[in-house]
Amino acid sequence: MEPQYDFGGQAALVTGAASGMGLATAIAFAKAGAAVTLADIDLDAVKKARDQLLADGHRAIAVRCDVSDESDVEAMVAAAVDAFGRLDMAFNSAGIQSPATDAADESAEVFDRVNAINLRGVWASMKHELRQMRQQGSGAIVNCSSLGGLVGNPGRSAYHGSKHGVIGMTRSAALEYASRGVRINAICPGTIDTPMVQSMVESGDLDLDECIAALPIGRLGTADEIASSVLWLCSPGAAFVVGVALPVDGGWTAQ
Amino acid sequence: MTNPTNPTFEGKVVFLTGAGNGIGRATAVAFARAGASLALVDIDEAATEKTAQLVVEAGGKPIGLRADVRSEADIKAALGKTVREFDKLDIAFNNVGRDQRVAPLADSTEEEWRFIYDVNVTSMFLCMRNEIPIMLEKGGGVIVNTASGAGLIGIKGTAMYATAKHAVVGLTRSAALDYADKGIRINAVAPGIIETDMMRRVSGGTEEGRANMVAEEPIGRLGQPEEIASAVLWLASEGSSFAIGTTLVVDGGHTIR
Repeated sequence: MEPQYDFGGQAALVTGAASGMGLATAIAFAKAGAAVTLADIDLDAVKKARDQLLADGHRAIAVRCDVSDESDVEAMVAAAVDAFGRLDMAFNSAGIQSPATDAADESAEVFDRVNAINLRGVWASMKHELRQMRQQGSGAIVNCSSLGGLVGNPGRSAYHGSKHGVIGMTRSAALEYASRGVRINAICPGTIDTPMVQSMVESGDLDLDECIAALPIGRLGTADEIASSVLWLCSPGAAFVVGVALPVDGGWTAQ
Repeated sequence: MTNPTNPTFEGKVVFLTGAGNGIGRATAVAFARAGASLALVDIDEAATEKTAQLVVEAGGKPIGLRADVRSEADIKAALGKTVREFDKLDIAFNNVGRDQRVAPLADSTEEEWRFIYDVNVTSMFLCMRNEIPIMLEKGGGVIVNTASGAGLIGIKGTAMYATAKHAVVGLTRSAALDYADKGIRINAVAPGIIETDMMRRVSGGTEEGRANMVAEEPIGRLGQPEEIASAVLWLASEGSSFAIGTTLVVDGGHTIR
């Protein structure tokens, strides 16, 4: 039986909530009783998800946010707090992949873009979420790293660099806030069946059959499997879990 | 800790070693509250009996089994009784572990080395070696092994224990890969400094010793056995269905400094 959580009376914020793991996690938070702020650069998509959640009787708002723009991030957190009065949980999942490239051929523009979203975006999100949470003296943040935060992969130096960075940032911020009631952890999803992975397959960057054959579990993960991990990390049961980079990857990094 | 809110393990059978105290006892009670049937295994029968009482109070129906997990014959017998009683095996929590006498490496003895390695590592190997065939026959299962923060970092004066716990991490990873596509998920939990009898031994059992330990903790307190139980239950649940070969660290931030 899938574990069910009760986040009634709490407020959650999810970046990258338009699709994939972010969307699945926002829906899971709502089903567990939390009021949810769905943030994404694709406003139409989060509005649609919000409307569905409202129709199902949940509390939700949709916010446009480009996480590479700190003023957008500040406004996003302000909107969440305006709407629900507090911020208890945040899943900073907005991220992009870049085309596989020989490290010697990577352009600075692509490198900067990947890091602006995957690394600085998580930094800015965490910064403004923490300003609210330290005032409350409570909160739980989960940053989305990746199996790319733990191991290398040819052609992926920009992405893997950014995802390794998320772990270092998570650990240091976690230590700052461990004794102040705010828990910060990272999750390291493996290859998950999301629009991002689908687009890598379509562009020829990823051979799906090869990828599945190389996964110890023999299948892709689902967005719901990441959502259930994020919810556990945010739950009171994880009260002693601080600064971890939790692999949820079907065994990829165990090998 | 009220989450999760549902009886996640209704109808599930759990084989749990080191059931007589600390983390094992708290995890047994947590599984019972979540609806599981339990085979409680420990070398100390009186301690197992005490855990069994707590499990009954939590609404569970346990059987208590004496086994020295260094002995494959004991493990086989305990697993045989478990399957005869409950007809299957869904979850195994291989949790037996022992601390070492704190001493610089050159002051430790070969006898101590063999004892620490047998209790902490050989026991895990022997348990998994006998649990896995039963799980394969019954269509799958989940295994959680107890590693430690000492499985990830070095700790002065405990080279033997740290070696053994590092081995548990490696054993878990490799075994997980062997069975990832065969319906058995294997992961480890790595507790930090948890308020148990073992920790009271390590800290010398004094208030000063305890205060020194707390001062080392980023979170400013020791962990409670229930907080490890919660992690074990998550790893044993369908909520972690894509976690394979993971070592879930539950240590209040101790090992990330």
